[in-house]
Amino acid sequence: MNLKIVNYGAGNIKSIQFAFQRLGYNAVLTSDANDILKADKVIFPGVGEASSAMKKLEESGLDALIPELKQPVLGICLGMQLMCKHTEEGDTKGLGIFNTDVKRFSNQVKVPQMGWNTIKNLKSDLFKNIDEDDYMYLVHSYYAKNCNETIANSDYEIEYASALENDNFFGVQFHPEKSGKTGEQLLKNFLEL
Amino acid sequence: MLTKRIVPCLDIKDGRTVKGVNFVDLRDAGDPVVLAKQYAELGADELVFLDISATQEKRKTMRSMVLKVAEQVNIPFTVGGGISSVEDVDDLLHCGADKVSINSSAVKRPELISELSNKFGSQCVVVAIDAKKVGEEWIVHLAGGTIATDIKLFDWAIEVEERGAGELLFTSMNHDGTKAGFANEALAKLSDLVNIPIIASGGAGTKQHFADTFKLGKADAALAASVFHFGEIPIMELKEELKKQGIPVRL
Repeated sequence: MNLKIVNYGAGNIKSIQFAFQRLGYNAVLTSDANDILKADKVIFPGVGEASSAMKKLEESGLDALIPELKQPVLGICLGMQLMCKHTEEGDTKGLGIFNTDVKRFSNQVKVPQMGWNTIKNLKSDLFKNIDEDDYMYLVHSYYAKNCNETIANSDYEIEYASALENDNFFGVQFHPEKSGKTGEQLLKNFLEL
Repeated sequence: MLTKRIVPCLDIKDGRTVKGVNFVDLRDAGDPVVLAKQYAELGADELVFLDISATQEKRKTMRSMVLKVAEQVNIPFTVGGGISSVEDVDDLLHCGADKVSINSSAVKRPELISELSNKFGSQCVVVAIDAKKVGEEWIVHLAGGTIATDIKLFDWAIEVEERGAGELLFTSMNHDGTKAGFANEALAKLSDLVNIPIIASGGAGTKQHFADTFKLGKADAALAASVFHFGEIPIMELKEELKKQGIPVRL
């Protein structure tokens, strides 16, 4: 399988590569548009701050490329947030793939949310062999608001979208590469889509 | 619901775990990678590696250990010990560490916290604070509690949050090694003062101590070493007990 990770200088991607390696797949980092277009599956990672990440995407033209992709694309963490319409972090316009906005948790709860939380209302093949209320590892200060593209929810302060799906595009707020066996199952499901 | 985290801490010297570990029949209990994998399978939520070696070769050894851990372990881990620059952190994150923990380097140069959180995001910046109660006052200490500073714990915690730390790892030097329970009063006060997650450390001896630090100390995570390494408290048994007491845990 031709599996590519979009490289735009955003954060720690080693863990994602290693997670696929444990599943027996070689995920290659690239920022080359042709490479990404030819891939069977694309991972869109992201750790860090939204506006600077978006700027990097724009500088490399990847902001125009990603929404045009036809193969399955999986956005992880900030990657997923950048696929939404807008995020409060740095008042940043997103790629608009998912029809929802990203907000900051209030100070009623500790920010960032850090740790293992349950996922529920699972609605996609992405969650094959994953049970309601299984645990995923999350680290984030901003969350995607619930919408009709929500395929999983988690609760922290409010019920928010911890996974989204629109056609060939998938996004997860949690880190499957760090979420033990459940996370591995999700990555496996994505590869089998 | 977000669960409370159980975090085993491994002391590393020259790429090997320092204290013996005898809770499972391991071929090489000194190999941090083997141990980390074992802990992940036994229900640990996260791991901390603390480098206590002081050799020149340290950084290289640590890098290669971090790479191997990231390659084989499917839960998050933090690396601490002797980290003093943006380059150190860049190095470790590129090798696959999820978070880094800084301690005395942050006390010596608090700007480091902001530099790290601006460059890498606050989610990967853990500030470890060792403090000792002297009279009525909690005072920040360095070098494993041997050197006193003139900084007060609660002032420092607030500054650390303001500078962009994503998490606090608080070790009470009065409780560390006593197995008499965590410093819950100070922990609860910290939780009220700052709005970032807090890892309680120092004093774990029984399952009830963990329950207490989550309930009374309002901790978000609890770290321990020997009670896990010597099999005194099996992690799943601990989590079953916490669940019985109404504390959310990942089972």
